[in-house]
Amino acid sequence: MNPTHTIEVRALNTCFGTTVVHRDVNLSVRQGEIFALVGGSGCGKSTLLREILMLERPLSGSIKVFGHEVIGLSDAAALPLRRRWGMAFERGALFSALTVAENVAMVLKEHTHLRPRLIAEVVALKIALVGLPADAGAKYPNALSGGMRKRAALARALALDPELVLLDEPTAGLDPLSATGIDALIRQLSDTLGITIMMVTHDLDLLWHSADRVAVLGDAHILGIGTMTELADLTHPIIRDYFYGPRGRGAMAQGTQEGTWNPG
Amino acid sequence: MSTRLDALATEIRPGTAPGDLYCAGIWRLHAATQIEAQINAHLKNLVAPTGAWQIDASAISALDTTGACLLQGLRRALSRKGHEARIIGLQAPFAILLDQVAAHLAHPIPSLRAPGLLARLGQRTWTSGQGVLGLLAFVGESAAALLRTLRQPHRLRWRPILYNLQTAGVAALPITGLLAFLLGIVIAYQGAEQLSRVGANIYIADLIGLSMVRELAPMITAIIIAGRSGSAYAAQIGTMKVTEEIDALRTIGIDPFELLVLPKLIALMIALPLLTVYTDIMGIFGGMVMASSQLDVSFSTFIERLDHAVSLTSFLIGIGKAPVFAAIIALVGCYQGFQVNGSAESVGRQTTASVVQAIFLVIVTDAMFSVAFSWLKL
Repeated sequence: MNPTHTIEVRALNTCFGTTVVHRDVNLSVRQGEIFALVGGSGCGKSTLLREILMLERPLSGSIKVFGHEVIGLSDAAALPLRRRWGMAFERGALFSALTVAENVAMVLKEHTHLRPRLIAEVVALKIALVGLPADAGAKYPNALSGGMRKRAALARALALDPELVLLDEPTAGLDPLSATGIDALIRQLSDTLGITIMMVTHDLDLLWHSADRVAVLGDAHILGIGTMTELADLTHPIIRDYFYGPRGRGAMAQGTQEGTWNPG
Repeated sequence: MSTRLDALATEIRPGTAPGDLYCAGIWRLHAATQIEAQINAHLKNLVAPTGAWQIDASAISALDTTGACLLQGLRRALSRKGHEARIIGLQAPFAILLDQVAAHLAHPIPSLRAPGLLARLGQRTWTSGQGVLGLLAFVGESAAALLRTLRQPHRLRWRPILYNLQTAGVAALPITGLLAFLLGIVIAYQGAEQLSRVGANIYIADLIGLSMVRELAPMITAIIIAGRSGSAYAAQIGTMKVTEEIDALRTIGIDPFELLVLPKLIALMIALPLLTVYTDIMGIFGGMVMASSQLDVSFSTFIERLDHAVSLTSFLIGIGKAPVFAAIIALVGCYQGFQVNGSAESVGRQTTASVVQAIFLVIVTDAMFSVAFSWLKL
């Protein structure tokens, strides 16, 4: 176990019935980096994320987070780990009976003994940090637009100042402007707070601009892993289709031209 | 354990010059309570400097947003004591974080407090009033949709009607039958003791027959169906509202009333009278079983007596109430479904409301029927 690896997945196998989702998947996420997992729809990206979060159990293999094996961990043993990470689900998964501020405050009330005054301050801070207007805190999730809901979900994921944040499709379903905002936000969180970020995404712009390293999942395997420029040189047909399709070319042209991606 | 170590590592103490404050250690969320306590302790007995306050933060080894929040709070608290407070020596990445936090915290913080008693009372009254008006509007809208459809019968959707007949009617047979049978047994058992005392055994048929056919069978069936199907309607429509399926129907050009409400209403108005006939039979059968075992009234004597005791009018009155109850259950269930406002909690709330209101209205309506029938001397 490498101490600088926040997540380490080894020899992971997953099956749903007779469908093989992962066959001998290996990957590691380094501390402090922005790691992206890409691949076609239904190739098991979200499943891998859910397995890391202990929401689903793989058939065999090992997943270590912060150096602790998470497969088969009891709820009591998992609690300290769960306080150290935050997850933003694809559709937000905000508690619909609570306002945005209460959603964020709930995590703090559950896991800390802060005074209500400080909790209110921290909650307002997180809401501002993810770029939501101050009055969004008093709104219920169903009164928010899709982009705002994603930001609110991120605010809840950040509530405990986690060391690791997992994001499922942070930009899916957003307009380009909001997506660019999320792009910048992820980069900024990683820079200022030193958070390790692992995300599942289809967004090629996000990959070129934000991701330090990218893993491509396809045919139940990891087809390639590395920086975007390294991946772009690989010749596997799925990777080529992915990155050299019409959308991929556009994003790559922009990404290389601006030179803003970080070849870790 | 780590919390305690961090708390020890976190330190705030006065510096060498007056107005100097030295901060060190790990300023993170899990140590926040201790940090806050230390800050408050120091704020009380600090001696104000002649110039600016100076916070030496060079020894802060870790800082997260909560820590930054506290540090900014300390700076503000000192600034309120007359002079400006400067933070020096903070590591570069932490300084960026602190600047961001300070910028965000400059806005007033909205309070998380719930509205007061009076506001809640007002809100509750307003929603109750709205609810009554809404239900009336819903009944009107349903009636309009029904008339519209009846004028163009080809628009009636038979498949959902038949499906609803199956789920609300046929599938309810076992439970309504069993409960009516048990109810018949209970009433016969209670009546048997009184009647045998005066030797009026045969009147058990009058007791069971009339009470079942006129009152109990329609009522018990309606109550079971309100719990079984009314709640299902509310939950189904409510969930469809949360997932925007209702909006999708509207955009496709399908009237949700036509697809969701009318088939349920029509199916239930057909199913409930039929179920009531069935519960009549099962309830009387239960009474018969009890009469033959406790009062020596044979099945054939019982049925012969029943023929005299229960008039056709009584039977029709009982059956005639069923479609009205059906309309109440279906309309209240669907209305509450449409009242769901997008949260999972409200699906549960409206489903409960649908059952409570439907049963309440069924019983009130039944009482009004009784009064009306006694006026009409039926």
